[in-house]
Amino acid sequence: MAMDGNLTERDLKDPKEWSKAEADEFRRRRRGRNLAMLAALGALVLLFYAISIVRLQGPG
Amino acid sequence: MSDVQALGHEEGDRAVPLAASAVGDWIALLKPRVMALVVYTAAIGMFVAPVHLHPVLAFAAILSIAIGGGAAGALNMWWERETDALMRRTAGRPLPAGRIDPDGALGFGIVLGVASVLLMGLAANWLAAGALAGSILFYVLVYTAWLKPRTPQNIVIGGAAGAFPPAIGWAAATGSFEAMPRVLVVIGFRWTPPHFWALSLWARGDYARAGIPMLPVVAGARETRRQILLYSVVLVATSLLPCLFGAGWIYGVVTAVLGARFLWLAVRVLRDAQDERGESLTRDAPAKALFAWSILYLFGVFAALLADHLLI
Repeated sequence: MAMDGNLTERDLKDPKEWSKAEADEFRRRRRGRNLAMLAALGALVLLFYAISIVRLQGPG
Repeated sequence: MSDVQALGHEEGDRAVPLAASAVGDWIALLKPRVMALVVYTAAIGMFVAPVHLHPVLAFAAILSIAIGGGAAGALNMWWERETDALMRRTAGRPLPAGRIDPDGALGFGIVLGVASVLLMGLAANWLAAGALAGSILFYVLVYTAWLKPRTPQNIVIGGAAGAFPPAIGWAAATGSFEAMPRVLVVIGFRWTPPHFWALSLWARGDYARAGIPMLPVVAGARETRRQILLYSVVLVATSLLPCLFGAGWIYGVVTAVLGARFLWLAVRVLRDAQDERGESLTRDAPAKALFAWSILYLFGVFAALLADHLLI
């Protein structure tokens, strides 16, 4: 990835040709995305639980 | 899925860079700065309403407006990915830069849009949910897909999409649209043209390259400066309307002062030093000042409404 965030030739090459460092970078980003998804889903579960409790308590 | 399979997939002869997106790219897809303005106006619209929601439900309603606004931004970026690539201002966005693939962005926008409407319906009411759905669809279909590439009036009409949030916030609390939220929508509606035309004055080269008929591209810089002043007068007058629907003197005084500066800056834009073709000789410095002030203006007008509600 270039400094401006845009893709370089290296980013676009066939994944099968990636070096170990490139594959490690991919895994790091994938892990970041997965953790963000986990946090979002967890927050959604808590939010729906809280909404349900408030709704069950009566008109809000 | 093996790591080799997971590293990317082939599309024609090119490896699609699935590995390139980081969490920040997906957040950028939501247009967080626009989202902040949407959340701010929606929260104040909800807070000044005569009925108050339970804090948990209020939080969920504001969150749904934020997510809905983000979904609209993601779908806007998905639709405009090719024209964005032609403009310096937008070429670094995740889609034109190739860090997120288009199908992923489309799915992301649709899922978030549907989720935001359902969340609003469950947390508040279905009137507010319907208004949220309407504003997302208006922004994506009417403004982005239909008006923006076709007419210099795109911003004049399309500005309605970004004007809805305070009324949605109000409707989430009350289950109705009364006079005050309608006036707040009109303020946002009239705020958008001078705000965007100021930006398009110095970004018109970008818009021309991308074939987007923004007013300066179609009618020239000189006419755009005249229209900015005209719409600024309408905006400042419109911003005083809440005084007729219950807003107090704090709102009236603050809005009048903010509006006076808005008009002064719009006059400076009109009188900007320019050549015979209307090209700015100051790199559009007055237009940049007006653009920056227009954001502060909207924050100030809604802050005054809140202060009025709390203090009077």
